[in-house]
Amino acid sequence: MPDLSAPVIRVSGLTKHFGAHAVVRDVSFALAAGETLVLLGPSGCGKTTLLKMLNRLIEPDGGTVEINGRNVRAQRPEELRRGMGYVIQQVGLLPHYTVAENIAVVPRLLGHAPAAIAARTTALLTRLHLPPARYAGQFPHQLSGGQQQRVGLARALAADPPIVLLDEPFGALDPITRASIRREFRELEELRRKTVVLVTHDVTEAFELADRILLLDAGQVQQLGTPRELLFRPANDFVRRFFAAERLALQLRILTLGDVFIETTAATPDVDSDRPGIDSEKPTINSGKPGIDRDKPDIGSDKPDIENNKPYDNNVMPSFKHDMLDIKNTMPGIGSTTPAIINWMPGIDTDEPDTGAPPPSFTAATTVNEALEALTSGPADQAAPFTVAQLMAAFGAALQREEDAWKR
Amino acid sequence: METLTALFTFWREQAGKLGEQTLQHIGLTAGSLLLGVLLGVPLGLWLSRRPRWAPAVLGVAGVLQTVPSIALLGFLIPLLGIGPAPAIFALFLYSLLPIIRNTLAGIRGVPPAVAEAARGLGLTDGQVLRHVELPLALPVLMAGIRTAAVINVGVATLAAYVAAGGLGEFIFGGIALNNPAMILAGALPAAGLALAFDALLGGVQRLSSRRLGQVGAGLLVALPLLGALYLLPRATGKLLAGFSPEFVGRADGLPSLRKTYGLTRLPSVVLAPALVYEAARNAHVDVIDGYSTDGRIRAYHLRVLRDDRHTFPPYYAAPVVRPALLRAHPELTPVLAQLEGQISDSVMTNLNYRADYLHQDPKAIAEAFLRRRGLWHDARPAVAGAPVVRLGSKIFAEQYILAELYAALIRGNTDLAVQTKTGLGGTTICFEALRSGAIDMYPEYTGTGLLVLLQPRPAVVDSLGGQPAAVLRYVRQEFRRRYQLEWLAPLGFNNTYALLMREQQARQLGVASVSELGAFLRE
Repeated sequence: MPDLSAPVIRVSGLTKHFGAHAVVRDVSFALAAGETLVLLGPSGCGKTTLLKMLNRLIEPDGGTVEINGRNVRAQRPEELRRGMGYVIQQVGLLPHYTVAENIAVVPRLLGHAPAAIAARTTALLTRLHLPPARYAGQFPHQLSGGQQQRVGLARALAADPPIVLLDEPFGALDPITRASIRREFRELEELRRKTVVLVTHDVTEAFELADRILLLDAGQVQQLGTPRELLFRPANDFVRRFFAAERLALQLRILTLGDVFIETTAATPDVDSDRPGIDSEKPTINSGKPGIDRDKPDIGSDKPDIENNKPYDNNVMPSFKHDMLDIKNTMPGIGSTTPAIINWMPGIDTDEPDTGAPPPSFTAATTVNEALEALTSGPADQAAPFTVAQLMAAFGAALQREEDAWKR
Repeated sequence: METLTALFTFWREQAGKLGEQTLQHIGLTAGSLLLGVLLGVPLGLWLSRRPRWAPAVLGVAGVLQTVPSIALLGFLIPLLGIGPAPAIFALFLYSLLPIIRNTLAGIRGVPPAVAEAARGLGLTDGQVLRHVELPLALPVLMAGIRTAAVINVGVATLAAYVAAGGLGEFIFGGIALNNPAMILAGALPAAGLALAFDALLGGVQRLSSRRLGQVGAGLLVALPLLGALYLLPRATGKLLAGFSPEFVGRADGLPSLRKTYGLTRLPSVVLAPALVYEAARNAHVDVIDGYSTDGRIRAYHLRVLRDDRHTFPPYYAAPVVRPALLRAHPELTPVLAQLEGQISDSVMTNLNYRADYLHQDPKAIAEAFLRRRGLWHDARPAVAGAPVVRLGSKIFAEQYILAELYAALIRGNTDLAVQTKTGLGGTTICFEALRSGAIDMYPEYTGTGLLVLLQPRPAVVDSLGGQPAAVLRYVRQEFRRRYQLEWLAPLGFNNTYALLMREQQARQLGVASVSELGAFLRE
């Protein structure tokens, strides 16, 4: 369990009316340090209003927002905002400032030394693939939309705020640019340590980036939970319908090889009765890693960050693991846990050393989607531990298990 | 071509005056613009924060903009008197609308996302304004100031009507004297100033927003300096004179007066003819030009200074008629002659007083006068198809009264019908109407006939020596020869230029004639 006794952001009973129309109704949640919360919902559901109440761009009619235990109403809005990065869809770069000056806005307000600001700007631009020598002196109108949004991100991060708010940051970009910036965003070391609240109406984006998702409709919370919970344990019909169109794609992204292949070998007779297979086996995969450890996954390994291995419980925070068990690498050194993994992977001969091109390195954390990609796009003769047919069959079985579990 | 030569001659002769007026003009424009910026920009910014008030404020500013400038000055004179105060205030009011509107439009033109992002980053309201909205709104804001500047250069010509100086002095003098060269002498520099302001501010507007901020600040410093041009020391003296533009411009007016009497130490301002008497009455000025029969002389307790050296030419009033009228209706000649020599200066002053100050109807004044003189006959019954005599008059009370006097006499003594076409503007319009046959007669003054209509060589004017009889003889002869028009016998009064002072002040200083005034000033 994450420690919510001292959350970074605590929202209770937040309500906002525009005229007679209630835009946000009694919304509450708490966010721990380093967590990424995605506010998801259809247009007009109040998610942007909710976000803007966090940094007081909009003042609520009822309820409270606490940042690090302090009511935001007790702080000057400017000072509050300087401690929270803010990125919006339209970017809103100051058109009469250069890229470097835009990035330096908040550090300057905070009175940072010019040399430190310059160094920070250079570092951020480099990290965001905007070579400072070329871009620092340019004006926003000289940049593409994707480049502008990168600068917007750099500006929000310039003063290293512990919290970052993003309002549809990728919404105005074309799909290809969006995907690539999203990847950069996810891999940005800067964001790893930060508490992030992101607004989007894009389900894929939400699933890709969220630790937890807050699904809103008509200003009311429909469900708050991990992507996996929302997908497999919808709280109501709205939640279910919301993901209906993209259900399969999301399931392929959520379920990992660890999930789908577990049953094939365990094949315990009582699996259907009380899910002992899942509950007992998973800790093994996790190498005993306690769920309370809430470090973010190592995104640098460019594996998906979501690995669901906990029982579905709305009260439980998602748990992430450092170790994306790379079979090839971990196998020799890992003791009792290793054989179990190997056994889940049909067709992998552990005694046979690697020859030729290395086969795709599948781990328990590899999503079905990634495995499919690897299988279908790699060389045909490559040694894969399973075939597409095997994978899909296992995937189907896993879906069936989830469905059964939910019905019970 | 002739006009052009005259223009350059005029400029050469009046170079000092031209320079002074140009500086005054710049001063008026810059001063009012500064006030406009100081109030208009903050007001525009305030409206951008309180959009609910925008329609009301812009509406008021828009209404101010539509008030004709002359009328606006008229409203301001009772409040602010004459001089630069009402002029600058009126110009300031005119500059408000473009400045407020463009400030507001500029701020509204800032992309909302930019302002929101800036706020979201933690800029205070003031910082958003200073670092984001103002810099981005500056080009539009500057366009508003530019519009206001050009408007103000134009309207500032009217400052000459309220003794505030500027290039309007030449323009209105030229209009009053029907002197195109003089009009151009003021209008061309005014147009040049407008173009210069426009080009200067246009150049500023095109600067990058970064430079624009610095230049804009520089402009705020420059405007008071330019405005201070107005305050350059001017000649001062014991008394201040206020003259109408026409008097200042015409040869037999101020120039001749100064020459004859050596009135060198009499600093003067120019103002609208309608305001001259008020200015004297309210002691804004001490000496004014006027007409010796003006009703306000009596009303405002003014004293006519005796023209002891006869510098002002005789302006004896007499009807000018088309001879065809008298040939067709010989019975008219004795009727029109009934007024011959009947009206002295003081009588005419009294009649004018009734019209100008007691606001009596000219027709009633005419009837009362004729009854007193025993000349009144009730109008004869109208005869169908009777020939019509068309009487013209210029656009001031004395002429209205004279026209009504003749109309009443004709109606009472003949069967002819009468049509009065009063208010035909100035001398030129009346005269042209008479020549073309649009009217049959109008009252004219011998001096006007000589100097405005005939415009003989100076040698001829000098040879007449300001003698009333000689002047009448000359105009009568020349009008017959050149225009085939007839001057009848004069009515008796001499409505000439006069220098006027407040009775009380004149008595205190012991000034009864222009010579004595000169002596007093030289003391």
